[in-house]
Amino acid sequence: MSEIVCDRISKIWNPDTNEANLAIDDISFSVEPGEFLVIIGPSGCGKSTLLSMIAGLDTPTSGAIRFRDDVITEPSPHRSMIFQQASLFPWLSVIENVAFGLSLQGLGKRERQQRAKEYLQQVGLLKSANRYPHQLSGGMQQRACIARALCLGTDVLLMDEPFAALDVQTRHQMQKFLLDIWQGTGKTVIFVTHHIDEAVYLADRVLILTANPGRTLAMVPVDMPRPRDMMSKGFDYHRNLFIEHLRSEVVKAFEEQELAEMFDTRIK
Amino acid sequence: MPKLDSSIPKNMQLKSSVTPATPRTTGARGRWWQGVGTSVMWWCLSLGLFIGIWELVTALGWVNTLILPPPHEFIAEIGNQEQFLAPRIGVERTGGNFVLLTAIVATLKRVVAGLILGFIAAIGVGGLACYFKIFGKLTLPVITLLAPIAPIAWIPFAIMAFGIGDSAAIFVVFIGIFFLLTLATVNAINNVNQLYINTARVLGASRRQVMFKVILPAVIPDLFFILRINFFAAWMAVLAAEMVGVNTGLGAIVMVGRQMFNAKLMFLGMAVIGVVGYLLDVGFRQLQQRVLWWKGSAQI
Repeated sequence: MSEIVCDRISKIWNPDTNEANLAIDDISFSVEPGEFLVIIGPSGCGKSTLLSMIAGLDTPTSGAIRFRDDVITEPSPHRSMIFQQASLFPWLSVIENVAFGLSLQGLGKRERQQRAKEYLQQVGLLKSANRYPHQLSGGMQQRACIARALCLGTDVLLMDEPFAALDVQTRHQMQKFLLDIWQGTGKTVIFVTHHIDEAVYLADRVLILTANPGRTLAMVPVDMPRPRDMMSKGFDYHRNLFIEHLRSEVVKAFEEQELAEMFDTRIK
Repeated sequence: MPKLDSSIPKNMQLKSSVTPATPRTTGARGRWWQGVGTSVMWWCLSLGLFIGIWELVTALGWVNTLILPPPHEFIAEIGNQEQFLAPRIGVERTGGNFVLLTAIVATLKRVVAGLILGFIAAIGVGGLACYFKIFGKLTLPVITLLAPIAPIAWIPFAIMAFGIGDSAAIFVVFIGIFFLLTLATVNAINNVNQLYINTARVLGASRRQVMFKVILPAVIPDLFFILRINFFAAWMAVLAAEMVGVNTGLGAIVMVGRQMFNAKLMFLGMAVIGVVGYLLDVGFRQLQQRVLWWKGSAQI
């Protein structure tokens, strides 16, 4: 049984008005349990919209998204989302942030902090447990967000360009860290990015979307053992494959700057 | 590309312990003390100059000291509190030497009670207006229309409705901040970062939990700031109420001074009003920083 199934989903913004805008057009795919799927595409391909529909924050105009055969209609702790900006609540300490989901379930303070501590340890933030989010660096904040999702026992991690706001060094460390977590826990991950190297480094399979509206361009498996060496031939092959795929999109919607950014994302 | 250690968490923790939380060096602290010293000096100079000129003008006999008494005279009036007792100024008569104190307490009690009630009611109504859209649509237009009515304009109604006493004054303070703060609450709630709301929903929060665990903590600092801004309007309103009808408290001292043609008493009342109002604002600022503990000082 597939973990997540997207069945011919489309999304139209402001339907039935003059400003109706087709954002996602007839996308279908499925994700297996424990799989690492990366969705890549330029801005405006609707990849964030797609992700928030899987999270249940939004509903498709047509088609259905299923989580283990149940149609998704609302958010659930089974599917946790990590956003591009770190979304820790600034008025809570790090440990209370991580335990936030548990406090929603009515767990007592001692019990939830006990559990939060385990996950803080796992992401290497135990020492920062009693600090406040503004005292943490961007990478630490994202790790706390990941701990918060794991703490709820989530099954699917939905990650919306989670490392895009980080500097290159931190970013690469976070990618390795995420792979460690993923391999250690066996969670299903759906990861949105517009960096080609990030996609090749992380993914089991890569879903490439077109821009405006978002359509499936290709679904490409990345069959390389981990950890992947960015200088290897196999890595180069996949990188070029993706660039080739996306080049056909060049003529279309995206702006030059966006393109330059996509093609020049080698992690130095 | 440099080869990075594979034990990432440990590696990053090392980095994290290096990242300073709040850079506060001894040099900065030294400058902070210097800053306080300089500002105290300017305060003293400014105040001294003002009082000095006033004393000089009265000493030279340029003005009628019966109408504009010099500071040392009206401040000395503190020792002469028995006479305040003639008309009732303090709410309770605690004895000759504490009449001024009871007047201050009476006024403060009204302001604080009104502010607390107004704050709670405004957050409640504002929250309900956002939570139940229909309730909001029914109430907000009326509140928008009532908000511009100055608190002072409510005094006659308050005295008619509640009679002379605490409740009338508390009502005036309450009404003076309630409408504005309700509108501010609605505005603040509508401006809460959608990211926080989405995060909470993804983590399984119900609508009610989003309201109480995310929206409320997110808006309270903003509302507290607005409360502080509107505090002065409430402060003025309660003093005006005390002058025209409530007949006790600090405002009444000033009015009694006029009625008895005792300018010293009048100015003493005004000076106390100024000092107490200033101290309240200082207290509010301290409180606000406590409420904003989670924001870095640069963001305040």
